[in-house]
Amino acid sequence: MEAGSIAHQFVQQLINGVSLGSIYALIALGYTMIYGILKLINFAHGDIYMVGAYVGFFATSILKLSFFPALLMAMVVAAVVGMVIERVAYRPLRNSPKIAILITAIGVSLFLEYGGMLLVTPQPRTFPAVFAAELYNFGGIVINSQQIVILAISIALMIILTYVVQKTKAGKAMRAVSFDTDAAKLMGINVDQTISFTFAVGSGLAAAAGVLVGIYYNSIDPLMGIMPGLKAFIAAVLGGIGVIPGAMAGGIILGIIEAMVSGFISSTFRDAAAFGILIIILLFKPSGLMGKNVREKV
Amino acid sequence: MLEINDINVYYGAIHALKGVSVTVEEGQIVTLIGANGAGKSTTLRTISGLLKPKAGQVMFEGKSIAGMAVHNIVKLGISQVPEGRRIFANMSVLENLELGAYTRSDSKGIREDMDKIFSRFSRLAERKPQMAGTLSGGEQQMLAMGRALMSRPRLLLLDEPSMGLAPLLVKEIFSIIKEINASGTTVLLVEQNANMALSIAHKAYVLETGRITLSGTAEELAASEAVRKAYLGG
Ligand SMILES: Nc1ncnc2c1ncn2[C@@H]1O[C@H](COP(=O)(O)OP(=O)(O)OP(=O)(O)O)[C@@H](O)[C@H]1O
Ligand SMILES: [Mg+2]
Repeated sequence: MEAGSIAHQFVQQLINGVSLGSIYALIALGYTMIYGILKLINFAHGDIYMVGAYVGFFATSILKLSFFPALLMAMVVAAVVGMVIERVAYRPLRNSPKIAILITAIGVSLFLEYGGMLLVTPQPRTFPAVFAAELYNFGGIVINSQQIVILAISIALMIILTYVVQKTKAGKAMRAVSFDTDAAKLMGINVDQTISFTFAVGSGLAAAAGVLVGIYYNSIDPLMGIMPGLKAFIAAVLGGIGVIPGAMAGGIILGIIEAMVSGFISSTFRDAAAFGILIIILLFKPSGLMGKNVREKV
Repeated sequence: MLEINDINVYYGAIHALKGVSVTVEEGQIVTLIGANGAGKSTTLRTISGLLKPKAGQVMFEGKSIAGMAVHNIVKLGISQVPEGRRIFANMSVLENLELGAYTRSDSKGIREDMDKIFSRFSRLAERKPQMAGTLSGGEQQMLAMGRALMSRPRLLLLDEPSMGLAPLLVKEIFSIIKEINASGTTVLLVEQNANMALSIAHKAYVLETGRITLSGTAEELAASEAVRKAYLGG
């Protein structure tokens, strides 16, 4: 490749990477918030993303909703599913050994995947074209209008989330519970309610990612959450698990790395690169890029 | 106001409180003194609902509160400054105080109380946007106390407020406790600094390995031979 075409390719992959990365970021945020508050890796989180994609699919194809109402509906339904999972599966184990909740999370994940197959059949579905994908060509660099939508919505959601976490009473309660649960209780914070709220927000964001991916790749299936779930987990660890801006940055960085590997080496190495990053991070900086080296709370 | 009756509290197999009874009259400062591991913090944690007694009662204004959720106990008017302060280090001074007012929604009253706290603890006023974790030990103690006051408690539980502070600051903290009490808040004060605690308290209890061994007015205990030997250095 000559220099000009390498630069070209670089910019093109950067654009692809940022839009893919913003999807990872949306999912990673839920992982990180739930970890922050419960010290639990919610393995079912990727499947919530799948649930969101299906709700978006049925909302647009059967209920004939347009994009925004469908997106909102997917987020709300997934938020409720997330809260129910926490209430039914995790809360009864709040004081059990961590491993019990972890195994339960894997169980919930399998339940959603295979329960989903039972409910909606394993057949992949074609997501309706909610809006036409227009291709804009800027001197050889192609931007899909859907990429712009993905990025715009992801950014908007991240801004709203940041506002909620930083400025609202519920957000402050969430940070307080994450930092020191007993001290938060002594402030009069209802910890159960705050944990429910965290699951609702995290699940809503994952659902939004599910709908956006459905629109972008057209195809959804009950196991679609597995790989993005793992990638988003890597993104959360990369950014520093428990750190909200870390999840955003980790998602975008991972998306860019994957796109670059696909573009310059081969797309077959894309997943290997992601897992390679996980191993490197865990070996050299387990607290992640933006994580503090905090001691495990006792 | 508060009546703890013969409570037994366990940590797993460890029997931390073996039939503790404490009464706090409205308007008073009552102190609970005792050595390390006596069960002082356990007593306060049980009152706040962080621990549930296996037996015995905790009555607040005639109402049984043992087994109630912690946040509901705060709503009833019991606020605690926990041992080690437990401020939210990654949040600003202002946010810590806002969290203290979590149970309230009267924004005007909250603002007034915040102003009161800033005038009482003037060092905090200059540091509103500062991360609480970067405050000095004394400032953190003041923040923890201010935060606890933001819920407008009728009963304030203080767990070793003098811990780790220089003598001058200890004096300041104790005079603030007296002020808080004078303005109408009942105080249950846990201390290892028996001297200081007895000097401001109305009533006192001595806790030893999970049992109350002595109780009386603060003057009585300060004069008692046993207390002088064990806790007052002579
Ligand atoms: N989380 C816990 N798990 C097990 N045992 C505990 C726990 N917390 C306290 N204990 C035990 O309960 C007893 C009372 O502890 P507590 O913290 O109430 O003492 P304290 O009087 O507050 O002491 P200090 O002055 O050191 O703060 C001690 O024997 C302690 O080891
Ligand atoms: Mg203690």
